[in-house]
Amino acid sequence: MSRLLPLLAFLLLASLFGFGIWWNTQHDQHEIVSPLINQPAPDFQLPVLGDDARKVGKASLLGKPYLLNIFGSWCIECVHEHPMLMTDAKTLGIALVGYNYKDEPDAANAWIAEHGNPFDVIVADRDGRQALDFGVYGAPETFLIDAKGFIRYKHVGPLTPDVMTTELKPAVEALAKESP
Amino acid sequence: MRRLLALLVFALAIGACFAQAIQPLPFRDRAEEVRFQKLSAELRCPMCQNETLADSNAPIAHDLRRQIFDLMQAGKSDEEIKSYLVQRYSDFVLYQPPVKPGTWLLWFGPGVVLLAGAVVVALQVRRRSRNATNNNVATTADNEDDW
Amino acid sequence: MIPELGQFALILALLLAIAQGILPIVGAWRGNAALMAVARPAAAGQAVFVTAAMAILIWAFLSFDFSVAFVADNSNLALPWYYRVTAVWGAHEGSMLLWVFILNVWTVALAALSRHLPQPFVARVLGVLGLLGVGFLAFIVFTSNPFMRELPMPADGGDLNPVLQDPGMTFHPPVLYMGYVGFSVAFAFSIAALLGGELEQAWVRWARPWTNVAWAFLTGGIVAGSWWAYAELGWGGWWFWDPVENASFMPWLVGVALIHAQAITEKRGSLPAWTILLSLFAFSLSLLGTFLVRSGVLTSVHAFASDPRRGLYILGFLIVVIGGSLLLYAIRAPKVAGGKAFAVVSRETAIMIANLLFATSAAMVLLGTLFPLIGDALNIGKVSVGPPYFGFLFVLLMAPVVLLLPFGPYLRWGRADGKSLATVAARAGIAAVICAVAAWYFADGKLRAVAGVAGAAWVAVGTLSYVAKRWREMPRGRRFPAEMAGMLFAHFGVAVFLMGVMLSESLSVERDTRLAPGQTETIGGYAFRFDGVQETTGPNWRGDQGIVTVMQNGETVHVMHPQKRIYTRGQVQTESSIDAGIFRDLYVALGEPMDAANVEGPWALRVYYKPFIRWIWLGGLLMTLGGFVTAGERRFRAKRVAASETPTEPAPAVGKATVA
Repeated sequence: MSRLLPLLAFLLLASLFGFGIWWNTQHDQHEIVSPLINQPAPDFQLPVLGDDARKVGKASLLGKPYLLNIFGSWCIECVHEHPMLMTDAKTLGIALVGYNYKDEPDAANAWIAEHGNPFDVIVADRDGRQALDFGVYGAPETFLIDAKGFIRYKHVGPLTPDVMTTELKPAVEALAKESP
Repeated sequence: MRRLLALLVFALAIGACFAQAIQPLPFRDRAEEVRFQKLSAELRCPMCQNETLADSNAPIAHDLRRQIFDLMQAGKSDEEIKSYLVQRYSDFVLYQPPVKPGTWLLWFGPGVVLLAGAVVVALQVRRRSRNATNNNVATTADNEDDW
Repeated sequence: MIPELGQFALILALLLAIAQGILPIVGAWRGNAALMAVARPAAAGQAVFVTAAMAILIWAFLSFDFSVAFVADNSNLALPWYYRVTAVWGAHEGSMLLWVFILNVWTVALAALSRHLPQPFVARVLGVLGLLGVGFLAFIVFTSNPFMRELPMPADGGDLNPVLQDPGMTFHPPVLYMGYVGFSVAFAFSIAALLGGELEQAWVRWARPWTNVAWAFLTGGIVAGSWWAYAELGWGGWWFWDPVENASFMPWLVGVALIHAQAITEKRGSLPAWTILLSLFAFSLSLLGTFLVRSGVLTSVHAFASDPRRGLYILGFLIVVIGGSLLLYAIRAPKVAGGKAFAVVSRETAIMIANLLFATSAAMVLLGTLFPLIGDALNIGKVSVGPPYFGFLFVLLMAPVVLLLPFGPYLRWGRADGKSLATVAARAGIAAVICAVAAWYFADGKLRAVAGVAGAAWVAVGTLSYVAKRWREMPRGRRFPAEMAGMLFAHFGVAVFLMGVMLSESLSVERDTRLAPGQTETIGGYAFRFDGVQETTGPNWRGDQGIVTVMQNGETVHVMHPQKRIYTRGQVQTESSIDAGIFRDLYVALGEPMDAANVEGPWALRVYYKPFIRWIWLGGLLMTLGGFVTAGERRFRAKRVAASETPTEPAPAVGKATVA
C-alpha cells in the first residue's frame, strides 16, 4: 500500500493540473474577483469632465441602475472596447457613466471627440485616488451599480460581445426583474 | 490575431512590469522608511501580478504606494493598511495568506508531512538499531578512504 | 529551404528516438543482443539530427531569416550577433529545442562512458532516455515547431525581450537545463533497475557521478539565474519565490536529498526504495518545472505564451512519464528493507533526518507554488502565496539542517563515536558564540545578522575542523578523496551562503531619492553624488545615462552609470549600475526626471548598499564545485567486475576503528 502512495499523490496533482487547464479556459487568470460585489459602491463625488464646477456622485445617481465604465485616453484596450459601448451597451436600457481615469481633460476630450461619446455623463478622476475605493487596478473596467447604489457586477478588461451577452445583459435583466 | 495579442501583452508587460519602481517619498525618519519597505514588499501588485507592490512599476502600484504612505502618515497600523487593501482588492494582495480554514492545508500541510515523515524515520531507525548489537554494526573506520 | 531541413532533421530525430526508446528495451527483455545494440547508434543518430536542427536554428538567427516566425518574433536587424545566438532559447519553441539538445548531450555522454556496465542495463537506460526524447521531440514537432514559416516574410523582426539581452542569460538557461535534464540519467538508471529487478545496488554506484554532476549544473544554473535577476531585473533582490524559481528549486532540494540517499544505498545497502523514489521525484519535478511555466496554469514572471493544446499535451506527457514510473515503482520497488544495521546515533540516521527535511521543504515549495490553483479548485478565491510564506517555513525547515551540518563528516556509518561529536560541537559552538558576540557589536544587535554569522561560524568551523583532522591524521595523497573533498566544499559553501543571505538581508539599505545634479545621498557610509544625465546609445537602443560619483570619507570610490534604455521596438529597460565588492555591493538605478520637461533638474534614483551579497553566489558556486568534485571519485569509475561485487567495502571489526 505504501508503495502506491507516491502514485496516488501524483494522480491528485495531475487532476489538479487538469482542473487548472480547464479553469483557465473559463477564467481570465489575471482577473481579481472584486470583494465589493454586492456591497454598497463607495461614496464618490467627482467633477464632470470639462466642467470642474459641476459634481456628480453616488448620491446624485441613486434611484436608477447605471453602468460605470473606467476609461482613459492612454488606454489601448479602451479603443478596442469603445465600439461595444457605442452600440450594444446603449441597448441595455440603463444610464452609462464614463469614469475618466488618470487622464488629462484635454486628452480625454480629444479622445471622446475622436471615438464618439456613448456616455450620459463623464466624471473625471485625475489622480486616480477615488478609483482605489472601487478597487480599480487598470483600465478598462466596468461596474454595474443598482438603484440602491450597490455594485452588482464587475468586469475587468474590455467588454466583448461575448461578455455582453453571457454576463452583462443577464445581470442587467436580473436587476430589472427585482425592481418592478 | 493571437500572435498580435501575444505581442501586445508582451509590449505591455515590458512597458510596465520590467522597469523599476522608483518613487521617492518624504519619510519622516529611517524607521518609517524601513517599515514602508517591509510592508510594501509583503503586498502583491494587482497589475504586474508577479511583483510585490514595492517592486512594481505599474501605475496602480505607484498610486497604492502613495496611499500606503498617506495611511502611514495618518497613523494607521500595518494591519489596518492591509485590511484597507483587502477590502478593495481581496486577499489576493496579501503575499502572506491569512490563516483561516481555507488555507489550513497551506499552513499546516508541511507540518503534517514533516510529522508523518518523522514517524516513519523514527520507526525505521528504531527497527534497524534494535538489531544492531556491537558485533553486527559494521562501522567503517573513519580513516578509511571509503569513509 | 534550410529551415525545412531543420524541421526534417527534427522528424528524423523523432523517428530515431522511437527506435532508441523501444528496440533496446525489448532487446533487454527478450535477451536479444542485436536489439540491445541498437541503443548506441540510434542515440548517436538522434544526437546528430538534433544538433543539426539546433545549428540550423542558430543559422536562421545569424542570417536574419525572418521568414521563420520564431526568428522574426525574437530578433531584429539591430540585435547584436551574440544575442541573436542566445535568442534561440529566449522563447518557448527554441528553449524546448535546447532541452532536447541537452538531453542528447547527456545521452551521448552516457553512451560513451558506460562501456563497463552490463549490456542489458545500458540498453534499458538508453531506452528510457530515448522515450523521453520521443516525448519532447513530438511536443516540438506537433505543438511548438521553431521552424514554422511566416509568409509574407516581414522586413524586420520584433525583439528579444530586453531583460534577456544580458550576459547572465547566455549561461543561465543552458546550465540550468544541464541540471534539469541531467536528472533524467538518475531517473533512467532507476527505471532500468526497476525493470531489470536487480536487487543488487550496484547501479546506485554507477548513478552517483551522474547525479552529482546534474545537481552541480542545476546549482550553477540557479546561481546564474539569481545573479541575473539581481543584476538585470533591477529590484536588488536575488530570490523572489516566483513560480519559475520554485520550479528549479524543487528538483534542487530533492537532488540534495538524493545525492545523500545514494550514498547510504551505495555504501550500506539501506533505503534502496527511497533512493529510487527520490530519483523519480527529482526528474519528475524537473519535468514539472519545465512545463509549469509553459502550460499556462500559473502566472509567473516569465510564463511562456501558452495555449491549451500545449497544456493538454504536457499533462498527458506528465501522466505517462511520472505516472508510469511511479506505477512501475509501486509494482517493482524492492520490498525487503535490506542493508546493514545501524545505531541510533550514526550517519545513516543523520542523513535520514536531513532527507526528511529536504523532502518536506520540496513538498512545501510545491504546495505553496500550486496553492493558488488549489484555492481556485476549493473556491476560496484568489490566494497569493509569496516570500513571507516560503521564507518563514523554509527557514524553520532548514534550521535543523544547519545544526546537523558540522557533524556530517564526523558521524560514522553504523555507529558514531560520541566523543568526537562532543568535540566538534564544543569547537563549533564556541566559534559560533564568539562570532555571534562580535556580530552583535558590529550589527547593532540585528538578530538575523547575529543568527547568520553564528550559523555560518558553526558550519564553517565544524567543517574546517574535519579538514584539519584529516590533514593531521592521514598520509599525503589519501587525505581528501574526491567524494569527501566535494562534500567539504559544498558544506563550506552552505556557511558562506548563510553568511551572505543573513547579512545582506538584515543590513542592506535601500533608498528611493530625488536628486538634482550636485546633490548627495548618503547610505551605509557612502555618499552618492548625482552628476546629471547624458544621452547614450548602444547597438540596438538609445537611452539616458546617469552619472553618480560614490565617495567614502571624501575620496571617490567609483563612478557609476545607471541607464534607462529604450530598445528599437520601444521597450523600456533600466540597467542598474553595480559596484561589486567582496564585502559590499553598491547599486544605483535611474528612474525618471521628477519633471519630464526638465531633464536638467532633479531625477528619481534608487540607491542600495548591500553588504556581503556576493557571498550568496560564492556559496552557491562552492556547492557547484562540490558536486563536480564528488563526481570525480575514482571509486565510481570502478570496473564492472569490482562494481558488481558487494556494494560495500568489507567492514573492519569495530575494535580496530580509530577513535577520532
